[in-house]
Amino acid sequence: MSEDAREAVGDYKAGWHDPENATIRFDYGLSEQVVRDISALKNEPEWMTEIRVKAFHHFMERPMPTWGNMHMLEEIDFDKVCYYLRSSNATEKNWEDVPEDIRNTFERLGIPEAEQKWLSGVTAQYESEAVYHSIREDLEEQGVIFLDMDSGLREYEGIVKEYFCSVVPFSDNKFSALNTAVWSGGSFIYVPSGVHVEMPVQAYFRINAKNMGQFERTLIIADEGSSIHYVEGCTAPTYSTDSLHSAVVELIAMPGAHIRYSTVQNWSANVYNLVTKRGVAHENATIEWIDGNIGSKLTMKYPAVILKGEGSHAEVISVAYSGKGQHQDAGAKIHHLASNTTSKILSKSISKNGGRGSYRGMVTVSPKAENCKVNVVCDALLLDEASRSDTYPTMEVGNSGARCEHEASVSKVSDDQLFYLMSRGHSEEEALALIVNGFFEPFTRELPMEYAVELNQLMSLEMEGSIG
Amino acid sequence: MSVTPLLKIEGLKASIDETEILKGIDLEILPGEVHAVMGRNGSGKSTTAHVLMGHPDYEVTNGNVKLDGEDLLEMESYERARAGVFLSFQYPHSVPGLQVGNFLRRSVSAINGEEAAKGPEFRNLLKEGMEQLGLDRSFLARYVNDGFSGGEKKRFEILQMMLIKPKLAILDETDSGLDIDGIRTVAQGVDAAIRGSNSGALIITHYNRILEHVKPDKIHVLIDGKIVKSGGPELANKLEERGYDWIEKEVMANE
Repeated sequence: MSEDAREAVGDYKAGWHDPENATIRFDYGLSEQVVRDISALKNEPEWMTEIRVKAFHHFMERPMPTWGNMHMLEEIDFDKVCYYLRSSNATEKNWEDVPEDIRNTFERLGIPEAEQKWLSGVTAQYESEAVYHSIREDLEEQGVIFLDMDSGLREYEGIVKEYFCSVVPFSDNKFSALNTAVWSGGSFIYVPSGVHVEMPVQAYFRINAKNMGQFERTLIIADEGSSIHYVEGCTAPTYSTDSLHSAVVELIAMPGAHIRYSTVQNWSANVYNLVTKRGVAHENATIEWIDGNIGSKLTMKYPAVILKGEGSHAEVISVAYSGKGQHQDAGAKIHHLASNTTSKILSKSISKNGGRGSYRGMVTVSPKAENCKVNVVCDALLLDEASRSDTYPTMEVGNSGARCEHEASVSKVSDDQLFYLMSRGHSEEEALALIVNGFFEPFTRELPMEYAVELNQLMSLEMEGSIG
Repeated sequence: MSVTPLLKIEGLKASIDETEILKGIDLEILPGEVHAVMGRNGSGKSTTAHVLMGHPDYEVTNGNVKLDGEDLLEMESYERARAGVFLSFQYPHSVPGLQVGNFLRRSVSAINGEEAAKGPEFRNLLKEGMEQLGLDRSFLARYVNDGFSGGEKKRFEILQMMLIKPKLAILDETDSGLDIDGIRTVAQGVDAAIRGSNSGALIITHYNRILEHVKPDKIHVLIDGKIVKSGGPELANKLEERGYDWIEKEVMANE
């Protein structure tokens, strides 16, 4: 590891990498041919190839966003990204059949163990492809479909064709266009009417290669009155050069359905994380984004919900931690299109060592949507003078009957607070970790317990060596 | 054979922002003793408590402090806590998101070791303490001092003391803001933690009321950063009746 990388990695625990044993590896750079090659490799139907190509041209023509961290965005060199890399020729159903290096990686990350203990299903993606996939038999018997996206397209082309790009059109933004052009992997989920998937299903995304681009695509459809909790985690090795992660996630909650989508994003500090996540909630449906951003160099992500059906509900609970050299530009978007819809946004950010956290949120209430309720709370905690927090809230309320609340606060850790905790036997670093984990608690308590414990440990590690 | 004092303060001077607050304090507490420090506002009572616990805002410019013969001033606050010093804060700080139950376990574990915060013994101690202090079980799920009433804050400080079982408990105006039942409960807590053990307590207060329940062995009167008079419990009654003026006059006459 170079000195730069060592500096960047700090206490990052998932920063190791395996030797690269690619079975298929594309050259760096992007062209229409690369896009067509990916599609051909996957034996995709013609319509998918066409969408990819259209999306590619849109990506090329679309300028970079003129907001957010433009300086960091300009540093992305799209010619130095590997757009497709396959390390295993199959998606296995038994861990024993996964190539040893890759299996070891997921074992170090605790994935097989988690599967045994508390999950309904698991997919593990390594570089561009899912290498492992399983779902509990009883769920399969109830008609629950949980596949990697490529298999989903092969086996359920009709459903994919109906919903793909229906929530996030490829032309939504530059990075949704990029994802649509070169997508590979991700999850495809369908939950039949009335089926409740009690234990969460999990997807784990691992980037291993240098200068890698990971572009997974996820589509979740929860049919009437069903429910599912999807959790995703992600890590990558620490390199001195950058990698790019640009996903698109589309959720469809049919009437009365409930989708909860939880993320603990812990990319290494050399990963650009530019993700578009959006769901549509039909009548009386609920969509919740529980979104934790701890790692990455630059994250730009604003989980969105379109409240299309009457009585639907949206919740976005997010935390962001920005350390040295990191910028977490995160937030939420909610569109109230129907009457009696409610939404709640809770955003918490911590900045340390010159890190920068931005909350960027948008809530709209359409003129026809009567009796809507909106509640937005943004809290920032700054751990030192060098760090920064900004809030960019936007509310466009077209209906005077809407009840909108917005609160924002910025606080600092005080010496007296630290002294109080230290007087109870906690070192300064431990005291800081208690304060920080407490600050994130409204988020952490929403996570499955195993994730909550991991997040607390992660934050405690981040606080080590932070006292000058 | 002489007993090693639990706490020995010699010639302690301390400043904040270059203003000297403590101007030479000498004090000795033997194991099993309860002492009280009384004085008006601004006499240096709370400063004494904060300096003993190691608040970073105060600079010790002279003197030394030993706990059981160990140099306290060399230690950081958390090391002092682990060595056995406990401060019941006059204004305890809140930590939103940190649950009381979790905080108690972690603190006891940090100070007395992991084993001390596990098992039925700890749970019983916690249950008894909460009952004694009139704290409901739901209290454990609340966030540390977040939205607590004045009385709840003080009771929570005492609960921590009862679980941590310090060698030296310093109570900084724990009685102020408490009604007479609260004071009695706090006094019982102090008795339970100190009496009949090798521990000791330093009670910092304005008022006589708590001392009627705790019955200190010695009372010290602090004026302008110095202990000007020490005596038995009768000194507290005298202060209650006559205020501090007569002591000030006495001091001036002697100077």
